[in-house]
Amino acid sequence: MKKKTLSLLLTLLLCVALVGVLFLLQGSASDYLLRIARLCAINLVLALAMNLINGFTGIFSLGQAGFMAIGAYATALLTIPAAKKQMMFMIAPLVKPLDALTLPFGMALVIGGLMAAALAFLIGLPCLRLRGDYLAIATLGFSEIIRVIITNMQNVTNGAQGLKSIPANANIWWCYGVALVVIVFMGLFTTSSYGQALKSIREDEIAAESMGVGLFRHKMLAFVLSAFLAAVGGGLLASYNGTIGPDMFRVTQTYNVLMIVVMGGMGSISGSVVAAFIVTIGQEYLRVLDGPITIGAFHTDGVSGMRMVVFSVLLLVVIVFFRNGLFGTKEVTWTSIGRRLKSLSGRGKEGMQA
Amino acid sequence: MSVFLQQLANALCVGSLYALLAIGYTMVYGVLRLINFAHGEIFMMAMYIVFYGIGLFMLPWYLGFFLTIVITALLGVLSERFAYRPLRNAPRISVLISAIGVSYFLQNLATVVFGGRPLTFPQVALFTDVIDLGGVKMQRLGILVPIIAAALLIALMFLIKKTRTGLAMRAVARSYDASRLMGIDLNRTIAVTFLIGSAMAGVGAIMWGMKYPQISPTVGSMPGIKCFIAAVLGGIGNTTGAVLGGLLLGFVEIMLVAVWPDLSGYRDAFAFVLLIVVLLVKPTGLLGEKATEKV
Repeated sequence: MKKKTLSLLLTLLLCVALVGVLFLLQGSASDYLLRIARLCAINLVLALAMNLINGFTGIFSLGQAGFMAIGAYATALLTIPAAKKQMMFMIAPLVKPLDALTLPFGMALVIGGLMAAALAFLIGLPCLRLRGDYLAIATLGFSEIIRVIITNMQNVTNGAQGLKSIPANANIWWCYGVALVVIVFMGLFTTSSYGQALKSIREDEIAAESMGVGLFRHKMLAFVLSAFLAAVGGGLLASYNGTIGPDMFRVTQTYNVLMIVVMGGMGSISGSVVAAFIVTIGQEYLRVLDGPITIGAFHTDGVSGMRMVVFSVLLLVVIVFFRNGLFGTKEVTWTSIGRRLKSLSGRGKEGMQA
Repeated sequence: MSVFLQQLANALCVGSLYALLAIGYTMVYGVLRLINFAHGEIFMMAMYIVFYGIGLFMLPWYLGFFLTIVITALLGVLSERFAYRPLRNAPRISVLISAIGVSYFLQNLATVVFGGRPLTFPQVALFTDVIDLGGVKMQRLGILVPIIAAALLIALMFLIKKTRTGLAMRAVARSYDASRLMGIDLNRTIAVTFLIGSAMAGVGAIMWGMKYPQISPTVGSMPGIKCFIAAVLGGIGNTTGAVLGGLLLGFVEIMLVAVWPDLSGYRDAFAFVLLIVVLLVKPTGLLGEKATEKV
């Protein structure tokens, strides 16, 4: 009991420290740094959403981009001011209730999430009966179908032209607020009985079923929750970007998130959090590679896209040589930190004696 | 009537192209139980190689085509050597992620090396001239593609059914352990499978390029996924099934758009709908064997 209150206290302290850091950042950091910081939090949300289904439940779904698209479009359509909407929809006017409707940002995020969750339920009905790579390709298929439908629904989504001038609601407080809520939710959920059931499905479906875990029900729960979170992440991304279009939500978008999840470790919240920061910041700082490089006599005039090549090689190296990513399925908790500290100080003492 | 014949010829042509690519998926799935996500990107690389060989270095077309097929085949073997072989004993999902990694890498590499701007595939007059067959006007390609595809498929069937290499492939597809005990070199057989599958993708890319002459780093992803669907449709792991699935997908796609032109915007989504229906109704595909999973 005492241990529990201590860790709760430490967590609260950490949250306060985080708020402090964010205040400092907002006061002193440049816009560019703030942008990267916000993107870190958004990627964190997206990575955790994917980790819930791919890492914790062991269902290899490749449909995240589709759910993100729904969240992004819902958020954009519900927050863009009516006058701007009228200007944007040139080929076909926006359908009736949407053209005048504007809602607060938070509400738009939740509505987008609920829409994606409802759709995930429908998609899950057929897809979750499949296994392994068949499920992967079927979810990927649905994600593509969503994208094609978005491209063709001129009077709702403005088709291939996409949506512009989405209000920049996703400031640092929104991004980190949502990220924090998602982290806490994931922490509680994965240690709850539901989370344990999901992990047992990952380890061995047949054994889980024979222990009385309802396979389909639990898989569906994870799938729907993951879609909800992915859509919220997509909504944040839309507001962060300012413009969205159907091409943004190709399969590549799913791969980008997958990269974070794999690097951090499938089935580790801490892993996804750390990897989201490493990958986002890494991708920014590797922009150097896109610029001119001189190594000795060798000189290039800057090739755009070089950093993505380096990044994909890195991803391959991680998969081939460090299959479990940074954390595997382990978590960083106060207990594990305490244990680590104890063993470190223990080793220190031994060193002094010797 | 002539419009119908024209559509029919077009469908046959597209279907044969799908079949050529689907073969690569189904063969790799047969021996590795892996959806080779990078297959579409190997196909894309082949199109760029043709562009550089014929369009830029002015090689005669036959030499350019030959080199393309050889390089593409080697590329497939290389990808297997470095991204799949180290994971031979890993869980299947890891290999799947590795395949996604290869596909991602090749796309980014192509963007850097060849640039993101779309290029135009070099036209070879022998294939792209328009001919008139009793009122049906089409490129000579329209006849040549099905013939070439059929010839290649017959050769492949012979290889799989009658040669020792083919026997080894079929054995590996059945069981790794048993085929190892019989003295089959597992790695060599898998490499040969990738060699043949990628060479087929090379041939497919050459003909695809002449039919749809735009090259960009993402040109491979849609045909790639569609041809995988064709392979599933026919029953994955089954070469005859892949051909059947490819032809069927080509026909249905072309005919659907021909009958309801309004649906042309949804053409790409249609293949996925078909996939989902097949997976729900008959997950083993048209010709697939029923696999019982042991507990």
